Amino acid sequence: MATRKLSELAKTVRSKNAGVNLITFDIIFSDRSTYELVKRARVVTRETVCALYRIPPERIADFVEFDPGNAIKFTIYRSRPSGSPGDPDIFGAQQYAPLLDIEVPDS
Amino acid sequence: MRSLRIICPNGHLGFAPLRVESFRLGVAAHPDYVAADSGSDDVGPGPLGTDSSTSPLAWQTHDLEAMLLASRGLGVPMIIGSAGDTGADSRVDLYVRIVKELAEKHRLPRFKLGYFYSEVDREELRRRMRRGETLAGLEGHRALDEAELDATERIVAMAGVHPFIELLKRSADVIIGGRSSDSCVFAAPAIHHGFPEAEAYYLGKVLECASFCAEPYGGKETVLGEITADAVEVTAMHPAQRCTVASVAGHAMYERANPYFEHVAGGTLDMSQCRYEQVSEKTTRITGARFRHAEQFRVKLEGAGKVGERYVGMVGIRDPYTIAHVDEVIGWARDKVRERFGETGYELHYTVYGRDGIMGEMEPMRERPAHELCILVQGVAATAEMAEEVCMIGTRQMFYARLPDVKGSAGSVALALDEVLHASPAYRWTINHTLRCDDPLELFPTHMTAAGV
Repeated sequence: MATRKLSELAKTVRSKNAGVNLITFDIIFSDRSTYELVKRARVVTRETVCALYRIPPERIADFVEFDPGNAIKFTIYRSRPSGSPGDPDIFGAQQYAPLLDIEVPDS
Repeated sequence: MRSLRIICPNGHLGFAPLRVESFRLGVAAHPDYVAADSGSDDVGPGPLGTDSSTSPLAWQTHDLEAMLLASRGLGVPMIIGSAGDTGADSRVDLYVRIVKELAEKHRLPRFKLGYFYSEVDREELRRRMRRGETLAGLEGHRALDEAELDATERIVAMAGVHPFIELLKRSADVIIGGRSSDSCVFAAPAIHHGFPEAEAYYLGKVLECASFCAEPYGGKETVLGEITADAVEVTAMHPAQRCTVASVAGHAMYERANPYFEHVAGGTLDMSQCRYEQVSEKTTRITGARFRHAEQFRVKLEGAGKVGERYVGMVGIRDPYTIAHVDEVIGWARDKVRERFGETGYELHYTVYGRDGIMGEMEPMRERPAHELCILVQGVAATAEMAEEVCMIGTRQMFYARLPDVKGSAGSVALALDEVLHASPAYRWTINHTLRCDDPLELFPTHMTAAGV
């Protein structure tokens, strides 16, 4: 089956702090049909995100399919609060990259 | 008053300067208020701990000057929340002083300058805890204990709309706020003028990050929000930007765990039933926001505590065998620090760029490192002398690491600098908790002074 990468389908893929203990991820689509396609494909779910990021399910604080924004959004607990010594991404701004290569089946 | 209009030129005043062109267009639209938030906990615990700003004074002054001249020119109030990144008392005093100096400089006619503080005294918090008050941890963290309180350097409380409204009631022309929820900077004037809370908090939610609710992407541009009895409309001021259904709904997600709910002191904005409608090219209307009052009035507290003084070092690795065994190289250097200082009393952190430097254990590609690595070493200890030595051993001993089959025997790492550098002290967030309050104003003393000539 033909697939496309999430980076080709999404308008925005980003990560950012949501307070000091959480990093939130937004995958936003330009139109409803692309959003529905990705949603139906079940390639971005709690389970796939845990596998991709090698985290246990309890690290996921929230997972929402946000219809008004044509977006899939999830939030994870940090292992330590942002800005603690050794934290390499104080804003949580570069944690989204692995999502870009998720393969989405075309139908 | 049938409607109220507020412009916001900057989502984090001072962090980068506002863009002048769209701000001028916003001012030309004759808003009723000019407002912006100036704080964030994204900058890490350092500024709160060291009682400083991450934003340069020149940029803070630039934006305060533009907003003050606009607000006094229009004869409408100006509101700033979370002064100087952290909202600590010294930051409020700094902004009050800047505003007074700008008023003198421009010979502005005398006006009323209101401000409020939001620092919480550690011993006052201890008294409340000993009286049986529980400081509930946010995001699943356990309640605050006295050990964590002892480790805390400085604490601020997150204000809701209440101190802003108090100062508006006393006819402040300019308000400088301590730490505040971003949205409350805008919700406060709307509630003060009698608009419904749900729409008022939504207005704040959509305006707080300025042009982040518009498209195409571009920060620091002015947006204009208008509230009526049953709706909020938001309009991009930059000629090339628009507020669309997608950009406004999309912004509801920004920097929050859940796109439907926004928690503030005193209640929760519920956006789950919001409807978005494009009413003109640059304007989107939002209806259906709801606000639920909290059963108990709880205020969020933020606290930072010092971990220690910090030095940083940096090395590079090019040998593929050494790259494959980088953890052993690090382990060797850690052992040498342990031999000198023991197991505890310091922190030693290695960030391995080219392998998993940015994502750590979450990195899916950590088994496929790049052809060269850069390793950042951080040594943290109680004194600068010890931090320097921890970092120096932790860095230089990588050079001497002994790997069984390495071909190169003259140095295991490349040094661009054979030194370690004194960095800012290391802090950590110690308090991210809520405290019950009887009176919404009790942590936020308000003051009024005058500025201008």
